[in-house]
Amino acid sequence: MTFSPELEARFDKLLKSYPPGRQRSAMIPMLMYAQDEVGSVTDELIEEVARRVGVTPLQVNEVLSYYSMLHRKPLGKYHVQICTNISCQLRDGDKLWEHACKKLGIGHKEVTGDGQISIEEVECMGACSWAPAIQVNYDFHHSMTPEKLDQLLEGLRKKQ
Amino acid sequence: MLYNEPSPLETKVLTRRFGLPNSASLETYLATEGYQAFLKAAKMKPEEIIEEVKISNLRGRGGAGFPTGMKWSFVPRTSPKPKYIVVNADESEPGTCKDRLLMENDPHQLIEGALIAGLAVDSHGGYIYVRGEYRYLIEILDKAIAEAYAGGWLGKNIQGTGFDFDLYTHTGAGAYECGEESALLESLEGKRGVPRIRPPFPAVAGAFQCPTVLNNVETYSAVPAIIRDGGAAFASLGVPKAGGTKLTCLTGHVNKPGVYELRLGFPVKQMIEEVGGGIRNGKKLKAFIPGGSSCPVLTAEELEGATMDYDSMAQRKTMLGSGGVIIMDEDTCMVKAVLRIMRFYAHESCGWCIPCREGTTWIRKVLQRFHSGGGTRADIDLLGDLGKNMLGRTFCPLGDAAAMPIISFVQKFRNEFEAHLDGKPCPYEHAERLVAV
Repeated sequence: MTFSPELEARFDKLLKSYPPGRQRSAMIPMLMYAQDEVGSVTDELIEEVARRVGVTPLQVNEVLSYYSMLHRKPLGKYHVQICTNISCQLRDGDKLWEHACKKLGIGHKEVTGDGQISIEEVECMGACSWAPAIQVNYDFHHSMTPEKLDQLLEGLRKKQ
Repeated sequence: MLYNEPSPLETKVLTRRFGLPNSASLETYLATEGYQAFLKAAKMKPEEIIEEVKISNLRGRGGAGFPTGMKWSFVPRTSPKPKYIVVNADESEPGTCKDRLLMENDPHQLIEGALIAGLAVDSHGGYIYVRGEYRYLIEILDKAIAEAYAGGWLGKNIQGTGFDFDLYTHTGAGAYECGEESALLESLEGKRGVPRIRPPFPAVAGAFQCPTVLNNVETYSAVPAIIRDGGAAFASLGVPKAGGTKLTCLTGHVNKPGVYELRLGFPVKQMIEEVGGGIRNGKKLKAFIPGGSSCPVLTAEELEGATMDYDSMAQRKTMLGSGGVIIMDEDTCMVKAVLRIMRFYAHESCGWCIPCREGTTWIRKVLQRFHSGGGTRADIDLLGDLGKNMLGRTFCPLGDAAAMPIISFVQKFRNEFEAHLDGKPCPYEHAERLVAV
């Protein structure tokens, strides 16, 4: 499997970051960074990472199913994650989530027909004092309102 | 970047560089006494460093509040194995968003803290385990680490002291459980984040089965100030048995939610009224969770005379925890609030220990039925019993973390559970929204 030179450089650095014989430590970071480039954790990617860290594909599979940010299916180009945990709920994060579902006509971990946007109701992501918060891919958006969300989604639909 | 206005009532020690131009850069750090504590520590004996940390009364800022100097003293310095410094940057206790700011605005302070810990326990390498959602912080930390290597503050023979230290970032991939120290170490080794049985503790067998110091971001970030200004100066900022300041995250129904650095022992009422600007919309306070959603909830009456420190909270049978303060006004439905909290723990239970795996899920199901009007009187006691059956019966504290909220909510807000009985609609919500939980 071939990756971009930047990702290959990152892999090299990761594999050198752990003590000799402990390259398995690089597995989860490699899957996370590769997922961003490949779009999801594919069978091919699992085999590739397994080979590079020296474990079986089954061992990679066993580990990745534990972690909520590793996805076997492709998400939308823009993955909108809405927190409804307690600090966000107290500031209407739950209503924001319902609004997003209605607006886009999709539900939890579903993707719009054009593949542009997916949404996920997520657990606390560390933005509690600026609630309700959302993340689009890795970017935080704080103190959201339904109006601000509408504008954001409108922009994402048009963005290439 | 800062996301809220600072308060004049703050005591800025760990956040002293916040708001300076390029506060995350090595240049700014060096211009503001940065790395001076490392140079001072490099001339001290390891046991003197640990003694200074003990004098400071620094206690772990991740939630458990264990004395840091004592934790460091457990590491067998003479062990022939390599020793590791691990930074827990898996901040994920609901209500907590402070480590993010420390890494974003002053990453070199964290690096310096890790270096000093390395000197204290004879470690030459470390990892910053950052939760997967904080990808932008990994970029900031990697940049700061690269700057530190280039400036001779990491790597071989740092600043001619003869001390070598390497530091790496490691990303998590979405799992609350990995904030627990032994699960974090499993995850760092490329495994599922299930907890380890202890003993042995990480100080003896941690990362890669080697002696390991594992502390929270805020704990390491306090160390440079302790060495620079002395442990006694840090201790004097707090209360007896707990020194220094605490980054406190005000969340929920206050006018000015935000992260504020307050000295330990800060009065709770003053914190809510003056730092947080009081309860939103002129409402009354109903409930208060001091340090993340796993801490037992307090009623407004219980806050009489309370201060933000370990002992004051322990007297009220709750915990200072991580500093994630959750404030709920009089219009908040306590059943809905604890349902959301328990949904979280059911989602995050790793499934290793049966009392936690089954208990959290049962509680979630009973609460869901309850809040949508299908609860029975017997359910109220069942919820408390389910919680009590998790307490102390799991490998790691997640079981306790899940048990404490449900037990305390049922005990202190029983009347609200009763108000949901017999198919009555939630008194705090419009009927049409009942099913949407």
